Amino acid sequence: MALNTDKNSYTVLFSVIMVSVVGAILAYLATGLKDKITENQRFEKQQNILYAMGVHNNTDESSVNFIPTTEVDQRFGELIKGQYVIQDGEATPQEDAFMIDLKKELDLIKSGKDGKLPLFIGEQEGKTYYIFPMYGKGLWDAIWGYMSVDESLTITGVYFDHKGETPGLGANIKMRFFMDDFIGESIVSDTGYTPIEVVKGNNDPLNTDKSDAQVDALAGATITGNGVSAMIKESIRLYEPYFEKVRSLN
Amino acid sequence: MPLLSKKESKLILDPLADNNPITIQVLGICSALAITAELKASVVMAVSVLFVLGLGNVVISLMRNIIPSKIRIIVQLVVVATLVIVVDQTLKAFAYELSKTLSVFVGLIITNCIIMGRFEAFALGNGPWRSFLDGIGNALGYGVILIIVGFFRELLGSGTLFGIPVLGDPIAKTGLYAYGYENNGFMIIPPAALIVVGILIWIQRAKNPSLVEEA
Repeated sequence: MALNTDKNSYTVLFSVIMVSVVGAILAYLATGLKDKITENQRFEKQQNILYAMGVHNNTDESSVNFIPTTEVDQRFGELIKGQYVIQDGEATPQEDAFMIDLKKELDLIKSGKDGKLPLFIGEQEGKTYYIFPMYGKGLWDAIWGYMSVDESLTITGVYFDHKGETPGLGANIKMRFFMDDFIGESIVSDTGYTPIEVVKGNNDPLNTDKSDAQVDALAGATITGNGVSAMIKESIRLYEPYFEKVRSLN
Repeated sequence: MPLLSKKESKLILDPLADNNPITIQVLGICSALAITAELKASVVMAVSVLFVLGLGNVVISLMRNIIPSKIRIIVQLVVVATLVIVVDQTLKAFAYELSKTLSVFVGLIITNCIIMGRFEAFALGNGPWRSFLDGIGNALGYGVILIIVGFFRELLGSGTLFGIPVLGDPIAKTGLYAYGYENNGFMIIPPAALIVVGILIWIQRAKNPSLVEEA
């Protein structure tokens, strides 16, 4: 029997069946894999936070090696002594604060409402680390990351990631040669808070000057670099009241 | 009997050279520009397209007699998009690291005109096995160009291959850099891909003048 595929009724029927089948497949897949995917995201966030704190398996000068997923949950529990949520200027402990969707909270804050800002306090070998998340816009899509500072508000580590920056250009924000440049810079100076800026042509490509609150930009990735600067600035502005408290304690 | 008949192996081999989707048909150029700044991204993209085009061609070929011709392009899009999302979700669950590398390419794969082109030009009119071979052949032809372009762009633009420095350290001035060699920043921006593809087209047509179109 030859099908008459040109009939309108057939076309409609075909589309209805196609959409139902495809919808069913995708829905089944999404629900079936949800737990596994959430677990992977949990591990990833834990790995990122620990990485910013300086806990990683880096073996050379160029590659990023996280704590393996099999260990990360345990290490995270050991090293992160406190997970807090800052709301109304008050920091209250909250379990799994790292699973907070920062984008949503920042949107709330932007629209004048009260958002929750997660903050993590890590301890290792007697040193305390304050780790806060960042979220912003790159050239194509979202960029985000974590920054870890010590009690004197000197950066001990950062981690950046992105959704869709150009490979070889903006995507390099997650490379060691870019992230490592931030280590040692201070987010506070005598004149106030100094969000680290990504700048072109500061004649310091190796970033030996740690007091200028500047790191060398990535060639060909101006907008992503500006996005990183803006993201750091925004996060530091939001966390400033809390940093004030940390400073007054020392 | 050989594994593939002469006609069948032609399906695979033709797109690798004389009917290459990028250099001859000039399809899929946008993704060739976007992701070839690094060799690793080129390889990931080549493998993804191989998978999606091979499988997609089979699916479309199996459905070829029941697809209403009025909405065939939409049906093709749905098939590619579904395949890509299935792959993406599965990787997210079982190979999270790999899926992060791939996430950038998902949109690029769906809109890749080579895929739509093969569905439309081949799979709609041929059986599943031949369509599969055609898909594999075209994906390989696309992948080969991507990898060649990625190789030169990463080597000349960043002095690395797969992220590993091969020409020395540009900042500490070791290796080739000690003799005044500099990375060519132009190579990592998208227009450089056009130039590399252009040179490939030139070489290919110079070797085989029958490929040159009449002016």
